[in-house]
Amino acid sequence: MKKSKYFLLLALSLILSMFLAACNYGGGDSAGDEKENGADEGKAAAQEIKALESALIPAMDSVMAQDTVSFSTLNNVNEGLYRLDPNQEVVPGMADGEPEVSEDGTVYTFKLRDAKWSNGDPVTANDFVYAWQRAIDPKNASPYGPYMMDGKIKGAAEISAAGAEKKEVDLNTLGVKAIDEKTLEVTLERPIPYFLSLMAFPTFYPQNQKFVEEQGADYAKTAENLVYNGPFALSGWDGSTDSSWTYTKNKEYWDAETVKLEKVQWNVLQESQAAANAFETGEADITPKLSSDIVPQYEGDERLVKWLEPTIFWLKMNQKDNEALQNVDVRKAIAQAINKEDFVNSVLNNGSIVANYAVPNEFVKNDETGKDFREINGNELLPYNLDEAKKAWEKGLAAIGTDSVELRYLTDDTETAKKTAEYIKNQLETNLTGLTIKVESVPFSVRLDRENSQDYDLQLAGWGPDYLDPMTFSDLWLTGGGNNKMDYSNAKYDQLVKDAQTTLAQKPVERYEALADAEKILLEEDAAIAPLYQRSSNLLVNDKIDNFTYHLVGPEYSYKWTSVK
Amino acid sequence: MVKYLTQRVIYMIITLFLIATFTFFLMKIIPGTPFTNASKLSEAQLSIMINKYGLNEPVPVQYMNYIVNLLKGDLGVSFQFDNVGVTEILMNSIGPSATLGFQAILFGSIFGIILGVISALRQNTWVDYGSTLIAVLGKSIPSFVFAGLLQYYIGVKLGWFPVAFWRGPEYSVLPTIALAMFPLATTARFVRTEMVEVMESDYITLAKAKGASWFDIAFKHALRNALIPVITVLGPLVVSLMTGSLVIEKIFGIPGIGEQFVKSITVNDYPVIMGTTILFAVLFVVVILIVDLLYGIIDPRIRLAGGKK
Repeated sequence: MKKSKYFLLLALSLILSMFLAACNYGGGDSAGDEKENGADEGKAAAQEIKALESALIPAMDSVMAQDTVSFSTLNNVNEGLYRLDPNQEVVPGMADGEPEVSEDGTVYTFKLRDAKWSNGDPVTANDFVYAWQRAIDPKNASPYGPYMMDGKIKGAAEISAAGAEKKEVDLNTLGVKAIDEKTLEVTLERPIPYFLSLMAFPTFYPQNQKFVEEQGADYAKTAENLVYNGPFALSGWDGSTDSSWTYTKNKEYWDAETVKLEKVQWNVLQESQAAANAFETGEADITPKLSSDIVPQYEGDERLVKWLEPTIFWLKMNQKDNEALQNVDVRKAIAQAINKEDFVNSVLNNGSIVANYAVPNEFVKNDETGKDFREINGNELLPYNLDEAKKAWEKGLAAIGTDSVELRYLTDDTETAKKTAEYIKNQLETNLTGLTIKVESVPFSVRLDRENSQDYDLQLAGWGPDYLDPMTFSDLWLTGGGNNKMDYSNAKYDQLVKDAQTTLAQKPVERYEALADAEKILLEEDAAIAPLYQRSSNLLVNDKIDNFTYHLVGPEYSYKWTSVK
Repeated sequence: MVKYLTQRVIYMIITLFLIATFTFFLMKIIPGTPFTNASKLSEAQLSIMINKYGLNEPVPVQYMNYIVNLLKGDLGVSFQFDNVGVTEILMNSIGPSATLGFQAILFGSIFGIILGVISALRQNTWVDYGSTLIAVLGKSIPSFVFAGLLQYYIGVKLGWFPVAFWRGPEYSVLPTIALAMFPLATTARFVRTEMVEVMESDYITLAKAKGASWFDIAFKHALRNALIPVITVLGPLVVSLMTGSLVIEKIFGIPGIGEQFVKSITVNDYPVIMGTTILFAVLFVVVILIVDLLYGIIDPRIRLAGGKK
């Protein structure tokens, strides 16, 4: 009897163990088997690579996507009117060549090329109309649709406003129309010089109406519930909680000839050191972006690929209730009292560079002159200058009649943010006598919330662009702008940015100059923000890989042009 | 037995209801926005999204809606994953965590018991000191340090096992060992202490006098009594290991529930926070019940429900 009890325990344990093992190694389904085979075959076949992502794919419905992994995946399996090429140039995708543009720059007529979805259906103008209407439909509450369309595509803002008031909306009032099966007409609110770059953004991708409606609530839930019109098709993806998936070459893609890779096998691995280990053992040919602590290990290694991202981190100085920060000299003192060179070299140490500007370096070139935007103002708008900082500090304190100031410094709770906070606190407190910094490290969601309610004094925040134009940075600081959230207001600044949006929209040279003037006001005159650094990306790429392609805006990577040597 | 079980199940349901209620209101006071691109949302769009997720309703109404749906078995839809039900997320991610946890507890407790028994029987010898050292290391070094060492030396340098991912039993070896170090050390120390005490009791002396074999004395008589406190300790540990060790899952790229839970809290994904908390709570009360039932199996002198039949 006693024996039978132990036997029962042991048997139960073994059965449970076998059951769990059978169910849970991701091998219990055909997709998992396919993944296994794919990984093994990868060793033999030439055009196959293994890559790592740092996160799961939260959404494959282009209308609902809002994160970089989803955008990157969509960019490889789908295609909009345009896409970005390896040189960050906007090149035609579903569009057949250049669009016809009305004289006032507000009506674009696109001819579509003969392209097919992976199920054999033709890609039509209605596919765009359908997807864009879904993206603005308040019923769907797309997280990116209104952000990308309001104020740009005619009628979008009105639809969003009506949706917020729970009124009926007519989606046909959106400025997008199928003239015929292969002709798409888009009407804008105002001329937008960077409009074609917007068309490479996944929110504007087409969707096959018949297919989406057939799938209903299951649409985009797994690889089987999707159709593809891009260079690859997705396979072995069982949904948002799946940590591995595969790109397989899409034979129906209009430019399939250019696509060399037959297969890209993906796995999720968040930890940078673990990713580097997987890279070393050959489990991965491409890692996700590495954290700063790993980068020095690979310094000088040819497999370390780095580039300057157009993402700037700055201190936002909230002028709402804080008397000290309402004083321009106090703001100038803070902005100039931080040794940024020392900071990027000793704290970040990952190739990030000092930012003395508000629009990034190596980001956009003027269409007409071919010159980088930064060439207009240079890179020294609000640099570290201890003497100036101390003088401004004295002047500022005298003006507000105090000899001590305490400021709350709001930041994220990531390792980099914490290290940055320590450095900034030390610099400011050491260099500006009488200043006390109280650091508040909080999760990202809390920081956003507190930013929205302007519950902070200083805040470390960053901004990455969504499209290729300085405007994505310049319009952040308009009076009452959605992203301002620090009560900054300067009529001259507003006017210059508005001129760039309207009267100068079709004059590239003058437009860039207006935006450059605005940047000078923002930093040199007002010290509204204190730019700190422009971030660098670092990752490992196996040297057998040719044409590894990253992008500066929107989706991060394209594998259309990548191949194995 | 049936009456005892019924009573326990009723208590379990009440406990779960209280936990769900408490968590719901606690979650509502977590600061932060549930919308990850909140800095890009206009007032109009924010209002559309708040309406979509029912966050415009007063909190008591949201609570009632949640409880009603919960009773229907509907845990809601995640905010961070588009159109994905919380039940689906939990079902897909609990498997790897449970497998890993179960293997770790099995490996850890079996080797812990063996180590503890040997240590007790060879008190104050080098064997005992050696096992004490292993136990101290196992308890004091965090599992992620073991994970990193195993991954680098066993995975990268020696190439014996894969360094990451979750594709088959061989992929679970390194994370299982890393995760098992703590239960191994805990079990070894408890078994040793209890065994030393038990080995000094009269009935062991009697067994020895009767000429019982070394194996019978150690495993049939002594270990049985030493196991009660071990099970008490291992019970809650089973839940924490089976529901995932966040760091281990992260390091080895295991698609488990630990990551989902932590991420759901940081991004205020209310339905996933609720779903995972309820799942953890269910597992916890079930394991406590199993532990209580196991007491009776291991030591028949312990009777359930006051020992009356």
